[in-house]
Amino acid sequence: MWQALRNELHPKGFELVAVGLDTQGNDGCRAFIEAAKAEHPSLIDRHHTLANLYGVINIPQSVWIDERGMIVRPAETAPAPPTENRAPRLQMPAELPPRFVEIMSEAVKIPNDAAAYHEALRDWVDKGAKSRYAMSPEQVIARSRPRDYDHALGHAHFELATELEIRGQHAAAVKHFREAHRLVPESWTFRRQAWSLERGVEGPLARFWQGPKADDPKSWPYAGDWLTDVRKVGAENYNERWKP
Amino acid sequence: MLLEKLKIGRKAFEDGTGWQLKPEGACKGDVCIPLAKKPGRTVDVERIAGEMGLPLVAEPAHGLWALGPESVGARALTSAEAPDFRLPDLAGREFTLSSLRGQKVLLFAWAPY
Repeated sequence: MWQALRNELHPKGFELVAVGLDTQGNDGCRAFIEAAKAEHPSLIDRHHTLANLYGVINIPQSVWIDERGMIVRPAETAPAPPTENRAPRLQMPAELPPRFVEIMSEAVKIPNDAAAYHEALRDWVDKGAKSRYAMSPEQVIARSRPRDYDHALGHAHFELATELEIRGQHAAAVKHFREAHRLVPESWTFRRQAWSLERGVEGPLARFWQGPKADDPKSWPYAGDWLTDVRKVGAENYNERWKP
Repeated sequence: MLLEKLKIGRKAFEDGTGWQLKPEGACKGDVCIPLAKKPGRTVDVERIAGEMGLPLVAEPAHGLWALGPESVGARALTSAEAPDFRLPDLAGREFTLSSLRGQKVLLFAWAPY
Protein backbone atom coordinates (compact mmCIF):
# COMPACT_ATOMS: atom_id res chain seq x y z
CA MET A 1 0.00 0.00 0.00
CA TRP A 2 2.85 2.34 0.79
CA GLN A 3 5.11 0.78 -1.78
CA ALA A 4 5.12 3.68 -4.25
CA LEU A 5 5.85 6.25 -1.56
CA ARG A 6 8.64 4.11 -0.13
CA ASN A 7 10.27 3.66 -3.55
CA GLU A 8 10.11 7.41 -4.16
CA LEU A 9 11.72 8.29 -0.81
CA HIS A 10 14.16 5.40 -0.52
CA PRO A 11 16.94 7.11 -2.55
CA LYS A 12 16.84 9.92 0.07
CA GLY A 13 17.85 7.49 2.82
CA PHE A 14 14.35 6.45 3.93
CA GLU A 15 13.16 2.92 4.58
CA LEU A 16 9.76 1.50 5.46
CA VAL A 17 9.52 -1.50 7.80
CA ALA A 18 6.04 -3.02 7.66
CA VAL A 19 5.10 -5.13 10.67
CA GLY A 20 1.99 -7.32 10.63
CA LEU A 21 0.58 -7.61 14.16
CA ASP A 22 -1.14 -10.98 13.89
CA THR A 23 -1.08 -13.99 16.17
CA GLN A 24 -2.01 -16.07 13.12
CA GLY A 25 1.39 -15.15 11.73
CA ASN A 26 2.16 -16.30 8.18
CA ASP A 27 -1.32 -17.77 7.71
CA GLY A 28 -2.91 -14.44 8.51
CA CYS A 29 -0.47 -12.12 6.74
CA ARG A 30 0.69 -14.07 3.68
CA ALA A 31 -2.01 -13.01 1.19
CA PHE A 32 -1.53 -9.30 1.95
CA ILE A 33 2.28 -9.44 1.95
CA GLU A 34 2.44 -11.36 -1.33
CA ALA A 35 -0.04 -8.99 -2.97
CA ALA A 36 2.04 -5.97 -1.92
CA LYS A 37 5.24 -7.33 -3.53
CA ALA A 38 7.20 -4.98 -1.30
CA GLU A 39 10.92 -4.32 -1.63
CA HIS A 40 11.14 -3.14 1.98
CA PRO A 41 11.28 -5.41 5.05
CA SER A 42 7.90 -6.93 5.82
CA LEU A 43 7.83 -8.64 9.21
CA ILE A 44 5.43 -10.76 11.27
CA ASP A 45 4.75 -9.90 14.93
CA ARG A 46 2.67 -12.68 16.48
CA HIS A 47 2.97 -11.46 20.06
CA HIS A 48 2.47 -7.74 19.36
CA THR A 49 6.01 -6.88 20.41
CA LEU A 50 5.40 -3.42 18.96
CA ALA A 51 2.68 -2.83 21.56
CA ASN A 52 5.09 -3.64 24.41
CA LEU A 53 8.06 -1.75 23.00
CA TYR A 54 6.43 1.23 21.26
CA GLY A 55 2.91 1.55 22.67
CA VAL A 56 1.08 0.76 19.42
CA ILE A 57 -2.65 0.57 20.26
CA ASN A 58 -4.33 0.46 16.86
CA ILE A 59 -3.56 -0.18 13.22
CA PRO A 60 -2.47 1.35 10.99
CA GLN A 61 0.05 3.22 13.17
CA SER A 62 3.61 4.37 12.60
CA VAL A 63 6.77 5.31 14.52
CA TRP A 64 9.44 7.55 12.97
CA ILE A 65 13.07 6.75 13.80
CA ASP A 66 16.06 8.83 12.69
CA GLU A 67 19.45 7.73 11.35
CA ARG A 68 20.92 7.48 14.86
CA GLY A 69 18.17 5.14 16.05
CA MET A 70 16.28 7.86 17.97
CA ILE A 71 12.48 7.97 17.84
CA VAL A 72 11.36 11.38 16.51
CA ARG A 73 7.62 10.62 16.45
CA PRO A 74 6.10 7.96 18.75
CA ALA A 75 3.27 5.62 17.71
CA GLU A 76 0.40 7.49 16.03
CA THR A 77 -2.27 6.85 13.40
CA ALA A 78 -0.68 6.43 9.97
CA PRO A 79 -3.15 7.02 7.12
CA ALA A 80 -2.37 5.67 3.65
CA PRO A 81 -0.70 8.17 1.28
CA PRO A 82 -3.41 10.37 -0.28
CA THR A 83 -2.68 9.31 -3.85
CA GLU A 84 -2.77 5.56 -3.08
CA ASN A 85 -5.73 3.31 -3.70
CA ARG A 86 -7.20 1.69 -0.61
CA ALA A 87 -5.96 -1.67 0.68
CA PRO A 88 -5.92 -4.51 -1.88
CA ARG A 89 -9.50 -5.23 -2.80
CA LEU A 90 -10.84 -8.39 -1.24
CA GLN A 91 -13.23 -10.49 -3.22
CA MET A 92 -16.61 -9.33 -1.83
CA PRO A 93 -19.29 -12.02 -1.54
CA ALA A 94 -22.32 -11.37 -3.75
CA GLU A 95 -24.58 -11.06 -0.71
CA LEU A 96 -23.10 -9.07 2.14
CA PRO A 97 -24.40 -9.92 5.63
CA PRO A 98 -25.98 -6.84 7.26
CA ARG A 99 -23.21 -6.68 9.86
CA PHE A 100 -20.59 -5.91 7.19
CA VAL A 101 -22.76 -3.15 5.80
CA GLU A 102 -23.03 -1.69 9.29
CA ILE A 103 -19.27 -2.03 9.86
CA MET A 104 -18.54 -0.21 6.61
CA SER A 105 -20.96 2.61 7.44
CA GLU A 106 -19.10 3.20 10.69
CA ALA A 107 -15.69 2.84 9.04
CA VAL A 108 -16.39 5.60 6.50
CA LYS A 109 -17.05 8.00 9.41
CA ILE A 110 -13.55 7.49 10.83
CA PRO A 111 -11.63 10.76 10.20
CA ASN A 112 -8.54 10.74 8.02
CA ASP A 113 -5.63 13.18 8.31
CA ALA A 114 -3.68 11.81 5.34
CA ALA A 115 -2.80 15.17 3.77
CA ALA A 116 -1.31 16.66 6.95
CA TYR A 117 0.50 13.47 7.94
CA HIS A 118 2.12 12.95 4.55
CA GLU A 119 3.15 16.56 4.18
CA ALA A 120 4.92 16.16 7.53
CA LEU A 121 6.54 12.91 6.47
CA ARG A 122 7.99 14.42 3.32
CA ASP A 123 9.17 17.44 5.29
CA TRP A 124 11.02 15.18 7.73
CA VAL A 125 12.58 13.07 4.96
CA ASP A 126 13.87 16.30 3.36
CA LYS A 127 14.96 18.23 6.45
CA GLY A 128 15.67 15.58 9.07
CA ALA A 129 16.28 17.02 12.54
CA LYS A 130 15.47 20.53 11.23
CA SER A 131 11.93 19.49 10.40
CA ARG A 132 9.39 20.98 12.79
CA TYR A 133 7.71 17.59 12.79
CA ALA A 134 10.71 15.85 14.40
CA MET A 135 10.21 15.87 18.16
CA SER A 136 12.81 16.16 20.92
CA PRO A 137 13.43 13.09 23.12
CA GLU A 138 11.42 14.69 25.96
CA GLN A 139 8.48 15.34 23.65
CA VAL A 140 8.67 11.80 22.26
CA ILE A 141 8.46 10.30 25.74
CA ALA A 142 5.68 12.67 26.83
CA ARG A 143 3.64 11.87 23.72
CA SER A 144 3.93 8.11 24.11
CA ARG A 145 1.08 6.13 25.62
CA PRO A 146 0.36 6.30 29.34
CA ARG A 147 1.56 3.15 31.06
CA ASP A 148 0.87 2.40 34.70
CA TYR A 149 1.16 -0.98 36.42
CA ASP A 150 -2.31 -2.08 35.24
CA HIS A 151 -1.34 -1.37 31.63
CA ALA A 152 1.89 -3.35 32.04
CA LEU A 153 -0.07 -6.21 33.60
CA GLY A 154 -2.50 -6.11 30.69
CA HIS A 155 0.42 -6.37 28.26
CA ALA A 156 1.67 -9.46 30.09
CA HIS A 157 -1.80 -11.07 29.86
CA PHE A 158 -1.96 -10.25 26.15
CA GLU A 159 1.45 -11.76 25.40
CA LEU A 160 0.48 -14.90 27.32
CA ALA A 161 -2.81 -15.06 25.42
CA THR A 162 -1.06 -14.91 22.04
CA GLU A 163 1.33 -17.72 22.98
CA LEU A 164 -1.51 -19.88 24.27
CA GLU A 165 -3.41 -19.27 21.03
CA ILE A 166 -0.34 -20.24 18.99
CA ARG A 167 -0.10 -23.47 21.06
CA GLY A 168 -3.75 -24.29 20.29
CA GLN A 169 -5.03 -23.48 23.79
CA HIS A 170 -7.84 -21.21 22.65
CA ALA A 171 -9.97 -21.28 25.82
CA ALA A 172 -6.97 -20.35 27.98
CA ALA A 173 -6.05 -17.64 25.47
CA VAL A 174 -9.53 -16.10 25.69
CA LYS A 175 -9.24 -15.90 29.48
CA HIS A 176 -6.04 -13.81 29.18
CA PHE A 177 -7.32 -11.72 26.26
CA ARG A 178 -10.28 -10.73 28.44
CA GLU A 179 -7.93 -9.56 31.21
CA ALA A 180 -5.84 -7.59 28.70
CA HIS A 181 -8.99 -5.85 27.42
CA ARG A 182 -10.06 -4.95 30.96
CA LEU A 183 -6.63 -3.59 31.94
CA VAL A 184 -5.78 -1.73 28.69
CA PRO A 185 -9.17 -0.40 27.54
CA GLU A 186 -7.62 2.06 25.07
CA SER A 187 -5.93 -0.66 22.99
CA TRP A 188 -7.95 -1.41 19.85
CA THR A 189 -5.34 -3.92 18.69
CA PHE A 190 -5.73 -6.00 21.86
CA ARG A 191 -9.45 -6.21 21.17
CA ARG A 192 -9.41 -6.52 17.38
CA GLN A 193 -6.82 -9.30 17.47
CA ALA A 194 -8.86 -11.32 19.98
CA TRP A 195 -12.15 -10.70 18.15
CA SER A 196 -10.59 -11.70 14.83
CA LEU A 197 -9.79 -15.15 16.21
CA GLU A 198 -13.48 -16.00 16.77
CA ARG A 199 -15.37 -17.56 13.87
CA GLY A 200 -18.32 -15.31 13.10
CA VAL A 201 -18.74 -16.15 9.44
CA GLU A 202 -16.75 -18.08 6.83
CA GLY A 203 -15.07 -16.64 3.76
CA PRO A 204 -12.40 -14.00 3.00
CA LEU A 205 -14.01 -11.39 5.28
CA ALA A 206 -14.21 -13.74 8.28
CA ARG A 207 -11.59 -11.91 10.32
CA PHE A 208 -13.39 -8.58 9.96
CA TRP A 209 -16.63 -9.88 11.50
CA GLN A 210 -15.29 -9.30 15.03
CA GLY A 211 -18.54 -9.93 16.82
CA PRO A 212 -21.14 -12.48 17.89
CA LYS A 213 -22.37 -15.13 15.46
CA ALA A 214 -25.82 -14.25 14.12
CA ASP A 215 -27.16 -17.72 14.90
CA ASP A 216 -25.48 -18.12 18.31
CA PRO A 217 -24.89 -14.70 19.90
CA LYS A 218 -24.66 -16.08 23.45
CA SER A 219 -21.44 -17.93 22.63
CA TRP A 220 -19.52 -14.65 22.16
CA PRO A 221 -16.89 -14.66 24.92
CA TYR A 222 -16.01 -10.95 25.02
CA ALA A 223 -17.47 -7.90 26.74
CA GLY A 224 -17.51 -5.84 23.53
CA ASP A 225 -17.25 -6.24 19.78
CA TRP A 226 -16.17 -3.97 16.93
CA LEU A 227 -19.58 -2.44 16.12
CA THR A 228 -20.69 -1.97 19.73
CA ASP A 229 -17.36 -0.50 20.86
CA VAL A 230 -16.99 1.87 17.90
CA ARG A 231 -20.55 3.13 18.34
CA LYS A 232 -19.93 3.63 22.05
CA VAL A 233 -16.94 5.96 21.54
CA GLY A 234 -18.16 7.34 18.21
CA ALA A 235 -16.37 6.60 14.93
CA GLU A 236 -15.04 10.17 14.93
CA ASN A 237 -13.10 9.30 18.12
CA TYR A 238 -11.80 5.95 16.90
CA ASN A 239 -8.34 7.42 16.29
CA GLU A 240 -6.74 10.50 17.82
CA ARG A 241 -6.57 13.34 15.30
CA TRP A 242 -3.07 13.92 13.93
CA LYS A 243 -1.24 16.89 15.42
CA PRO A 244 2.23 18.20 14.46
CA MET B 1 8.63 -11.84 27.71
CA LEU B 2 7.44 -15.47 27.68
CA LEU B 3 8.99 -17.94 30.11
CA GLU B 4 8.81 -21.67 30.70
CA LYS B 5 10.79 -21.46 33.93
CA LEU B 6 11.43 -18.80 36.57
CA LYS B 7 15.19 -19.13 36.90
CA ILE B 8 16.88 -18.03 33.70
CA GLY B 9 20.30 -16.96 32.47
CA ARG B 10 21.27 -13.33 32.85
CA LYS B 11 21.72 -12.78 29.10
CA ALA B 12 18.31 -14.29 28.38
CA PHE B 13 16.77 -11.87 30.87
CA GLU B 14 18.63 -8.89 29.36
CA ASP B 15 17.74 -9.88 25.77
CA GLY B 16 14.12 -10.53 26.68
CA THR B 17 13.49 -7.36 28.68
CA GLY B 18 15.94 -4.81 27.26
CA TRP B 19 17.19 -4.12 30.80
CA GLN B 20 20.95 -4.45 31.46
CA LEU B 21 21.98 -5.87 34.85
CA LYS B 22 24.89 -3.77 36.14
CA PRO B 23 26.50 -3.37 39.58
CA GLU B 24 24.35 -0.28 40.15
CA GLY B 25 21.16 -2.16 39.31
CA ALA B 26 18.88 -2.88 36.37
CA CYS B 27 19.43 -0.13 33.77
CA LYS B 28 17.67 1.00 30.60
CA GLY B 29 18.51 4.33 28.94
CA ASP B 30 18.98 6.85 31.75
CA VAL B 31 17.04 4.84 34.33
CA CYS B 32 18.63 2.46 36.86
CA ILE B 33 16.64 0.51 39.43
CA PRO B 34 18.78 -0.61 42.40
CA LEU B 35 18.71 -4.33 43.17
CA ALA B 36 19.19 -5.86 46.63
CA LYS B 37 21.69 -8.42 45.35
CA LYS B 38 24.42 -7.87 42.75
CA PRO B 39 23.35 -9.73 39.59
CA GLY B 40 24.98 -13.12 39.00
CA ARG B 41 24.90 -15.52 36.05
CA THR B 42 21.31 -16.60 36.69
CA VAL B 43 18.27 -14.50 37.49
CA ASP B 44 15.46 -15.33 39.91
CA VAL B 45 12.64 -13.86 37.82
CA GLU B 46 10.08 -13.74 40.62
CA ARG B 47 12.42 -11.80 42.90
CA ILE B 48 13.70 -9.37 40.26
CA ALA B 49 10.16 -8.77 38.97
CA GLY B 50 9.15 -7.76 42.48
CA GLU B 51 12.12 -5.39 42.84
CA MET B 52 11.58 -3.81 39.43
CA GLY B 53 7.80 -3.64 39.63
CA LEU B 54 7.41 -5.85 36.54
CA PRO B 55 4.15 -7.80 36.35
CA LEU B 56 4.46 -11.58 36.20
CA VAL B 57 1.42 -13.54 35.00
CA ALA B 58 1.24 -17.32 35.42
CA GLU B 59 -0.64 -19.91 33.42
CA PRO B 60 0.45 -22.96 35.43
CA ALA B 61 -1.87 -25.38 33.59
CA HIS B 62 0.26 -24.82 30.49
CA GLY B 63 3.67 -24.27 32.09
CA LEU B 64 3.92 -20.67 30.93
CA TRP B 65 4.56 -17.25 32.43
CA ALA B 66 4.63 -13.79 30.90
CA LEU B 67 6.87 -11.08 32.35
CA GLY B 68 5.34 -7.74 31.39
CA PRO B 69 7.00 -4.41 30.57
CA GLU B 70 8.05 -1.78 33.08
CA SER B 71 5.83 1.12 34.14
CA VAL B 72 8.62 3.34 35.45
CA GLY B 73 7.89 6.82 34.11
CA ALA B 74 4.14 6.32 33.59
CA ARG B 75 4.69 6.26 29.80
CA ALA B 76 5.17 3.49 27.26
CA LEU B 77 8.62 4.91 26.43
CA THR B 78 11.23 5.41 29.16
CA SER B 79 13.71 6.65 26.57
CA ALA B 80 13.55 8.05 23.02
CA GLU B 81 16.12 5.47 21.91
CA ALA B 82 14.20 3.16 19.59
CA PRO B 83 14.09 -0.24 21.32
CA ASP B 84 15.72 -2.84 19.11
CA PHE B 85 13.79 -5.94 18.13
CA ARG B 86 14.16 -9.05 16.02
CA LEU B 87 11.17 -10.33 14.03
CA PRO B 88 10.87 -12.81 11.15
CA ASP B 89 9.65 -12.20 7.60
CA LEU B 90 7.38 -14.60 5.70
CA ALA B 91 10.35 -16.83 4.85
CA GLY B 92 11.35 -17.03 8.50
CA ARG B 93 14.45 -14.86 8.09
CA GLU B 94 15.11 -12.82 11.24
CA PHE B 95 15.37 -9.06 10.77
CA THR B 96 16.82 -6.64 13.35
CA LEU B 97 15.69 -3.01 13.46
CA SER B 98 19.19 -1.74 14.28
CA SER B 99 20.43 -3.11 10.93
CA LEU B 100 18.86 0.03 9.41
CA ARG B 101 21.00 2.46 11.43
CA GLY B 102 22.01 5.30 9.07
CA GLN B 103 18.60 5.51 7.38
CA LYS B 104 15.41 7.21 8.40
CA VAL B 105 12.91 4.48 9.28
CA LEU B 106 9.13 4.47 9.34
CA LEU B 107 7.88 1.49 11.37
CA PHE B 108 4.44 0.70 10.00
CA ALA B 109 2.09 -1.46 12.08
CA TRP B 110 -0.75 -3.08 10.13
CA ALA B 111 -3.00 -6.14 10.51
CA PRO B 112 -5.16 -8.39 8.28
CA TYR B 113 -8.29 -7.92 10.47
